[in-house]
Amino acid sequence: MSDVMLQLKGVSSGYGAIEALRGIDMSVTRGEIVTLIGANGAGKSTTLRNITGLVPATAGEIVFEGKRLNGMPAHEIVKLGISMVPEGRQIFANLSVAENLDMGAYLQKDKAEIARQLERVYTLFPRLAERRKQLGGTLSGGEQQMLAIGRAMMARPRLLLLDEPSLGLAPILVKTILSAMDEINREGTTILLVEQNANAALKHSHRGYVLETGSIVMEGRSSDLAADPRVKEAYLGEK
Amino acid sequence: METFLQQLVNGISQGSAYALIALGYTMVYGVLRLINFAHSDVYMFGAFMGYYIANSTLGLALGPSIPGAILVMVGSMALCACLGILIERFAYRPGRSPSPFTLSFWFGILGAGFGQLLGGTLVSVALGALAGAVLGFVLEKVGLKPKPQSSHLKLLIIAIGVSFFLENGGQQVFGADPKFFPQIIPNRSIDVGGVSLDTQKLTVLGVALLLMILLNVVVHYTKTGKAMRAVSFNLDTAKLMGINTDRIIAFTFALGSALAGAGGILVTLMYPRIDPLMGIMPGLKAFVAAVLGGIGNITGAMIGGLIIGLAEVMAVGYGQSTYRDAIAFVILVLILLLKPTGIMGKGMVEKV
Repeated sequence: MSDVMLQLKGVSSGYGAIEALRGIDMSVTRGEIVTLIGANGAGKSTTLRNITGLVPATAGEIVFEGKRLNGMPAHEIVKLGISMVPEGRQIFANLSVAENLDMGAYLQKDKAEIARQLERVYTLFPRLAERRKQLGGTLSGGEQQMLAIGRAMMARPRLLLLDEPSLGLAPILVKTILSAMDEINREGTTILLVEQNANAALKHSHRGYVLETGSIVMEGRSSDLAADPRVKEAYLGEK
Repeated sequence: METFLQQLVNGISQGSAYALIALGYTMVYGVLRLINFAHSDVYMFGAFMGYYIANSTLGLALGPSIPGAILVMVGSMALCACLGILIERFAYRPGRSPSPFTLSFWFGILGAGFGQLLGGTLVSVALGALAGAVLGFVLEKVGLKPKPQSSHLKLLIIAIGVSFFLENGGQQVFGADPKFFPQIIPNRSIDVGGVSLDTQKLTVLGVALLLMILLNVVVHYTKTGKAMRAVSFNLDTAKLMGINTDRIIAFTFALGSALAGAGGILVTLMYPRIDPLMGIMPGLKAFVAAVLGGIGNITGAMIGGLIIGLAEVMAVGYGQSTYRDAIAFVILVLILLLKPTGIMGKGMVEKV
């Protein structure tokens, strides 16, 4: 556990008077899939938005590979090697599939490397290759999720943040998406996965944190969390 | 029939000038969801810059010629682009996310105004500006910071303020009296089947068409153009791609303002009388054109501009010239009643 990639120390955040995060501590080690589970409104998305710089942390420190991210504009943070698949996919509906992927590679300069990465994305999601000329807005929910992940991968991130990738997808598609995530991880990308679908998230991750009303209430190996009676009752619908 | 064809030619020339101005409204609306009321004053600024360039030593030496016209056109567009960037940087961006020295800047302007009122000399203006800037700096230091909260209403009010600032500033700097734009292209007229085509109208048509084609190429085939479209779809998601959205927004202002500058020159080719308030009416009509086409939609702005130009010229040609300015607003009322999203506009999905 020495190679800590991302560390959050006492991070708080909020929107106006509403406090969404109350001093959370967490870390992600290189090569891991770490999941952050919790109910709606627990502060999961805010955590990711703090890391990516879309919403400023009001207290605490966020460190990525030794660099302090607090106060950095979002587009600079992408440059450091962090990409996010936002909640609700946020595909550019007015751009084609290929153009969406182009935007993912916005900061990449090396044309050959962009082409290689594009090949990788199309291999991972052959469906995208079939629809490369189609407008993003015309894709189905599952395809949009593939595109959102593919687009994030075009930036060749070392850390990939996924915000509720299973939201609104049929179970079979959830499986496809999470298997693709596993594949991306095997190829060397570290992953922080935010999910409401705790069951699937714990199956597909190494470690997990449980977030409740802005505080981390449990953490540990995913298999241990999945076996914990409290987690079972609150998040896995078992008694 | 000949009259109709003649009116058609006139209407298309007039309409393509409106279209150029409408593009600026629509592009800025696309990236910021803001009606940039100062846009019509950028158009005015473009006409004045053209006037000064044409009357400069170099401009006079070139006279009414193609290189002369290009100099006036390109120079004015470049200066308008700079003005657009300045407006974005010092008025709208602080309204979205305040930066240091914003208060200093605006208190400085206020101070300059007081200096003008009290002393009326260059020294008093400069002293006023300095005092204002210092006051703004001190206020910011003691904690009177502009609030970072961005709202459409705030930006809209800033837009109206900038517009007043430019119109009144224009009257101060350029003088309130109308000026007459010199001839910058050789004037010739050819008769095609009873329809008179003069070099002015042909220039307006040709230049407008060329600029619109160029704009389409930029928006659809360049990386920056794609980024503009990404920003107009969703600002936060664009940031996640590593797009410096502030820079793209500034670029959009520059592009839109350059087109407004071109519009200013082209209109003065047809109507050479210029004054600091000349932007108001064409600006409003171009805004109507942008709404008619579907605000935020580039093709829509071009179509809307043509329709407004044609409707106006036809109304004058076949009706009464007193209705000239009314026709655009009748169209506005109709479009708002019948298809509020405009010709090319799709129903806006409210973001949650």
